Amino acid sequence: MKKTAINLTVNGRSRDAVVPPRMLLSDLIRHELALPGTHVGCEHGVCGACNVLVDGKAVRSCLMFAVQADGCEITTVEGFSAGGLDLVQTAFWEEHGLQCGFCTPGMLASAHELLAENPDPTDDEIREAIAGNLCRCTGYEYIIAAIRSAARKMRDAETAAKRQPA
Amino acid sequence: MASHLDSNVIPPSRQRETPRSGLTWIGQSMKRVEDPRILAGKGGYIDDVTVPGMAHAAMVTSPHAHARIVSIDTSKARALPGVIGVYTGQDLARVVDPCPSFASPPVPQHAIVLDKVRHVGEVVAAVVAEDRYVAEDAAELVEVEWEILPANVDIEASLEATGDAVIHPDDRDSNRALDESFQFGPVDEHFAAAAHVIKRRLRWHRSSAQAIETCGVVAQFDPISGSYTIHANTNFYNFIPFVIGGSLRVSPGELRIIPVLAGGSFGSKVFNHKILIRTAGLSRLAGVPVKYIEDRVEHFTNSDSHGSDRLYDAELAVMEDGTFKSLRFTVLDDYGAYLQFGVGTHGNAMAQVTGPYRIESFGMRVIAVLSNKTQQGPYRGFGSEVTNWVMERMADAAAKELGRDPVELREQNMIAADAFPYMIPTGNIYDSGNFQKVLAEAKGLFDLDAWRERAKALRAGGRCVGVGVATCMERSVYGPTEWWSLNNRETPGFTLTSTPEAITARVDPSGKLFVTLHSPMVGNSPETVVTQVLAERLTVAPEDVVINYSDSQSGFNSVGPQGSRFTAMIAGACVSASIKLEERLKRFGAYMLQRRPEDVELRDGCVAVVGSQDQKKTFAEIALTSSFFRLSFPEGEEYDSGIDCTAVYDHPISTDPDPERKHLGIFYPIVGHICHMVAVEVDPGTGKVEILDYAAVHDNGTIVNPRTLGGQVWGGTANGIGTALSEQFLYDADGQFTNPNFSEFAMPTANEMPRNFKLGHVETPSPYTEYGVKGGGEGGRLGAPSALTSAIEDALSDFGVTISSLPVTPPVLRGMIRAAQASG
Repeated sequence: MKKTAINLTVNGRSRDAVVPPRMLLSDLIRHELALPGTHVGCEHGVCGACNVLVDGKAVRSCLMFAVQADGCEITTVEGFSAGGLDLVQTAFWEEHGLQCGFCTPGMLASAHELLAENPDPTDDEIREAIAGNLCRCTGYEYIIAAIRSAARKMRDAETAAKRQPA
Repeated sequence: MASHLDSNVIPPSRQRETPRSGLTWIGQSMKRVEDPRILAGKGGYIDDVTVPGMAHAAMVTSPHAHARIVSIDTSKARALPGVIGVYTGQDLARVVDPCPSFASPPVPQHAIVLDKVRHVGEVVAAVVAEDRYVAEDAAELVEVEWEILPANVDIEASLEATGDAVIHPDDRDSNRALDESFQFGPVDEHFAAAAHVIKRRLRWHRSSAQAIETCGVVAQFDPISGSYTIHANTNFYNFIPFVIGGSLRVSPGELRIIPVLAGGSFGSKVFNHKILIRTAGLSRLAGVPVKYIEDRVEHFTNSDSHGSDRLYDAELAVMEDGTFKSLRFTVLDDYGAYLQFGVGTHGNAMAQVTGPYRIESFGMRVIAVLSNKTQQGPYRGFGSEVTNWVMERMADAAAKELGRDPVELREQNMIAADAFPYMIPTGNIYDSGNFQKVLAEAKGLFDLDAWRERAKALRAGGRCVGVGVATCMERSVYGPTEWWSLNNRETPGFTLTSTPEAITARVDPSGKLFVTLHSPMVGNSPETVVTQVLAERLTVAPEDVVINYSDSQSGFNSVGPQGSRFTAMIAGACVSASIKLEERLKRFGAYMLQRRPEDVELRDGCVAVVGSQDQKKTFAEIALTSSFFRLSFPEGEEYDSGIDCTAVYDHPISTDPDPERKHLGIFYPIVGHICHMVAVEVDPGTGKVEILDYAAVHDNGTIVNPRTLGGQVWGGTANGIGTALSEQFLYDADGQFTNPNFSEFAMPTANEMPRNFKLGHVETPSPYTEYGVKGGGEGGRLGAPSALTSAIEDALSDFGVTISSLPVTPPVLRGMIRAAQASG
């Protein structure tokens, strides 16, 4: 099968790849770029475990071809924790927002997308934001608590940053 | 008065650490030690495993429910570039034998079928190729000629099947795999004396756990040593070599299973022996390491973990004053095409079949039905979720027929708080409990009286609002007799009686406590539990506990997370290890302090002289000296260098089944109790159920970690909501499984969960386990379906709707409402 050369930025790093046009973005990320933190749960676009940020939007990487990501900026769970656990991950830890952890990378991507747009979401807005992510372990309550807590942490960090003299 | 239970004597308690207040670490909502690496995306699941030279397998699966293979042509597939080999059942049979079966007599099963398929999705051939894309391309090129056979889809009709509709004609002439009857106590006498006999026909439909990660294996055969190295997300890696070694024709010494973090199990990954055997065999045939990860459709159609699929004809004998006297039923269970675990799911249900009620006798006829569906396996509750629902349906039915309040009738029949340990008619015991206290707590948390008034007022205003209450048991810490105690007595099979759990621990010269677990993590919190219990017992700081996992060759007898056993069992293993380590620490430490071992104690990570503040040696000093300075201690093997041990904890209290099956012995004795209360509103136009309010009170004995237990209750309740309202595997008349995907098999999302879930706990410690811990991994799913069913029936009381089948999906409920309107 004819292969196509692509270039994309993954977790801040420029990556080149030569891929068959049918290769899924999820397979590129996991198996070609060796970033196994992105998980594949259903491969039909329902569970959201494979969500990654593509140019800031939470996207099902199992429903996107790698070639479609040419030129895009992608953030995976490995990117969230590049400097240690970030505020959202920390909130998930503190609030017990995960059990088996398989859905977690996708949840984190959805949470990041939400919090970038809406720094102070209501519980219903959080619910709506993660309603496209299936979790079979937690019953979601502590995930919602984690995202609520992460929002607060991020707002506090923002406030603290503003107080710093320039 | 003589009883059928007289021979079932309760053994004395072997508890060493008594339940008590003032503990330091047990009872804390400590953050999980497992989480940082998982949150960073470095958990290490099965599909993250790669080995050099690894190839990928894809399966050719059956499009038919029941068909003979006339021929298979693999030539086009083999010719595809990148394909290493294409293998049929006959090919695989050259290197592996049939799968193990716990049923007795066994129902034969091959990891790739030989001559006919018995359900949609069953594997008829496998492709091994350089990548998964090519393997899947090649799988589509395999041509199979079929001779279609009649499909068995209906649970009752399947029993009548003859001729070509018989699923295993070489082994049995019908689709009745097992038919056994039991009487525990004077059932007939009790029914004869009853003032009321409540009868219900109840149907529980099939679904399954559907963890977000499917099952997978990476297997490598080494032809030089004749041994296999296998990575797998099975729950059970320290027993599975013994189970599958026979099929793979190797000894456990030639079989190394390496565990990975599993992305959820809920029972679905307990054994996974079929894909282990198949993938291992493929690696041998292809001569390369092979990875096989089920895709979602394969996990739905061929994972051997479908849940219970039962039809009950149940009767409850009730006295004039409302006393429940006896329960009996005939149950048909559609096990699918094979019977890997026998009727273990019914054995399990015998642990608590009479619920929290003083029911004096119990009778059952259980019929295991074979059909052209995927075979059953475990799913959170393992059969007891169904009998909980049956018992609660019968309690509600009795209340309705006697004109009694359903909660008050339950209270009247509840086992009293001073009656423990309490032996139920099947012979199992309930170790401890206070059901009345749990109920009172739930009433307060939910404000039952207010909700009932509100529901009544809303119904008067034309809205369909109702309240449901369930009071159920949550058995934990299973003994394995449940797997075989209901088998035919002449051929009981492998009559296993051990369910151990072990840890290996050493105090390293740096003072760290290195612990090796022999069971995997599947989404539970094994490392956190072990950290909390060892920190408690050995007085060390949690950050000084370092945890890793063995493989099957470095490991030791351990059964792993299933049957809500792990926390109680691993706590026992931690106490056993602590006793051994304490003895060594005190021996070396006392010598270093020039004291006798009986004059020192463990305190804050030190061996300290009793009554002295400053005369002490840290574990680091002791371990360093004992490891590296042998000449500092006397001669004698008691001073052999280093401080380490392997410690095993056996089931805390179990007995054998009676040889004549007058009772089943004690096998699931550490019981929790749960009370769920829920208010719902049904939209009569659409049949959609909205949960307005939910309260769950669980008594799981001493709580090790309230937050993680809360997570289990929440998650189990979410599973139970799905079971009650939306999740059902659908089959058409030809046996086609019509909804094997996440779009049409509707699992709850965050939007379906109650907005204001209230969680309460009562702690009645077990007198048998260490610190009084009970299991708590299944309770949500053991209670939610019953409470929701009652609430929906209450909401629709003006229509006179009776719910006798789950799930009640919107179209099902709408149909019931429409039928009631038409007849009303």
